[in-house]
Amino acid sequence: MLIYLVRRILWAILVVFVVLFITFLVFFKLPNGDPALRFAGKTPTPAMLDEIHHRLHLDKPWYIEFGYFVKTFATGDQYGWPGLGYSYNSFASVKSQIVYRAPRTLWLIAGAATLWLTFGVAIGVLSAVKRRTLVDRLAMGFALFGISAPVFWLGLIALYIFWRTLHWTAGTGYTPIAQGPGQWFSHMILPWVVLSMLYTAIYARMTRNNLLETLGEDYIRTARAKGLSERRVIFRHGLRASLTPIVTLFGLDVALLVGGAIITESVFNLQGLGWMAINSATQQDLPIVLGVVLCTATAVAFMNLVVDIVYAFLDPRVRYS
Amino acid sequence: MSSFSGSGTPLLDVRNLSVRFNTRDGVVQAVSDLSYTLRRGETLGVVGESGSGKSVTSLAIMGLLNRAHADVAGEIMFEGTDLLKLSKEELRTVRGRDISMIFQDPFACLHPMYRVGSQIAEAVRAHEDVSKSVAQARALELLDAVGIPNAKSRARDYPHQFSGGMRQRAMIAMALVHNPDVLIADEPTTALDVTVQAQILELIDKVKKEFDIGVVLITHDLGVVAETATHVLVMYAGRAMEYGPAHEIFTAAQHPYTWGLLESMPTVEKRLDMLVPIEGSPPSLLRPPPGCPFHPRCKYRFEPCDKKRPPLQSIPDGHPDACFLSPERKREIWKDRIGAELGLTV
Repeated sequence: MLIYLVRRILWAILVVFVVLFITFLVFFKLPNGDPALRFAGKTPTPAMLDEIHHRLHLDKPWYIEFGYFVKTFATGDQYGWPGLGYSYNSFASVKSQIVYRAPRTLWLIAGAATLWLTFGVAIGVLSAVKRRTLVDRLAMGFALFGISAPVFWLGLIALYIFWRTLHWTAGTGYTPIAQGPGQWFSHMILPWVVLSMLYTAIYARMTRNNLLETLGEDYIRTARAKGLSERRVIFRHGLRASLTPIVTLFGLDVALLVGGAIITESVFNLQGLGWMAINSATQQDLPIVLGVVLCTATAVAFMNLVVDIVYAFLDPRVRYS
Repeated sequence: MSSFSGSGTPLLDVRNLSVRFNTRDGVVQAVSDLSYTLRRGETLGVVGESGSGKSVTSLAIMGLLNRAHADVAGEIMFEGTDLLKLSKEELRTVRGRDISMIFQDPFACLHPMYRVGSQIAEAVRAHEDVSKSVAQARALELLDAVGIPNAKSRARDYPHQFSGGMRQRAMIAMALVHNPDVLIADEPTTALDVTVQAQILELIDKVKKEFDIGVVLITHDLGVVAETATHVLVMYAGRAMEYGPAHEIFTAAQHPYTWGLLESMPTVEKRLDMLVPIEGSPPSLLRPPPGCPFHPRCKYRFEPCDKKRPPLQSIPDGHPDACFLSPERKREIWKDRIGAELGLTV
């Protein structure tokens, strides 16, 4: 088990490294603007630009610069370890930016994931158990809506109704939980619901289909033949087998949102990691982009590992092979 | 009908059972007008090709057919009550306690994510309000009784760690937890190695005697029936073709379909080219042929066969079958041809 873990972690590190490398490559090989121009002010002289290029490490071939990036990362810089440098725009250290933005994104993910897992699975089970009834059709109709409705549209509609019209919630922006849990909640509830909508729909459909498939298995007939109650047949025998694939999906979905909840973070002006990444990308702010990519890639690699371990825990057939 | 059976009230008395499925393509008449009885200590072998309605009959008895799709008519009398009149909930208390069932594919019939022992313990607790440890102890006892070596540690295994034969043994153990009156075994050996098949049949026969129960053994293999059945019901296209004591079926079969089954049955002595297959395939139950369902494939069909359906009738000094051939002709054909060729006449 320990050897397995070490091997998996080493692989994960390699994957993160490769992802960073590709991001680096994209920045250097597809330039659409010189970061030094922003630095230099209104009337840059060639000498100034050269000096800035040198300072930002943009004057050497990309492989040397990547080597420098790796070296700073490993040995640390003036902001400590790991050395991620500073933003070309705000001169703030990348690390401090990430530490400042991360709670917004993590709270967003935590709330939304709780919602979509709870409601997605519940709706899916209900739909499967009440198959071909009105309940099923309504639930699947909702799922279709959730899958089709674009997040930016949903977000704006939700803001219009619950903030502008009904005044039930706070508007856009973010209040840290330490400054008032009520305010925090009031700011987060709409993003949670809007972000979870699509996932709830997908999870409801998946749960329904998996459960229906499982309920057709021979071991479900055995469970009924034993004389178990229908409730036990569905929840203990049916759900157990149909939820395992959902665990895999859940881990990856959560990880991808670390840098990927871009639209939700923008519509609700939460200014989390995804928002920061997309802003920095348009401003050629490589260190920030690399920082967010590092977070997302690490989250994906880590969740992959967690999912595999949880899966082995849930399915003995995996555990023993 | 039960003239040839033993005495005493039957455990299970199926009367004029019909099962129809409503499908998109129309009504499928899976079982028509089927009757049989089962007493303690008897093993009724239900024989027929795939799609002859064998399994559907037993699922109907267990109440495992989806009532939304299946129309079940007739009576299934079990210890004086008609199972078809019970509510879903009442039927649930019968299932697994009074009537148990084991299935064809033991690989698929156990839940892959629960330990074998706990699945059996769960069956105990389905009908008995006992603690987990009591249920677990009962599970161990039964695993031991069905011949699982080292039951205590094997109970902690998952199904995929069991061989096919062991899984079927575990299924039998699970079926026996409440000392049922009837055990329905649906093709219990079809998915198993030949060497294991005999062991499982022996085990079923052993538990029948030890637990004093009645067994319905569903199979397409007459060889399996020959080993343990006391009675045989031959089904074709959802109908009973012949029904009688096993020794009569194997020494004086009366129906052309049974003859066909016997002729196509491989034995040690017979070479492959000596097997006589039944030409053609079973009819569609969506649009069954008029008259006798077997007539399109029957070597002995004559004038009335494609117009009228022969009723299931007993012949003098014999048992019931559904064929228009005269009793004398049936005996003659059996004696001079089929039975003689197979060496089965007495």
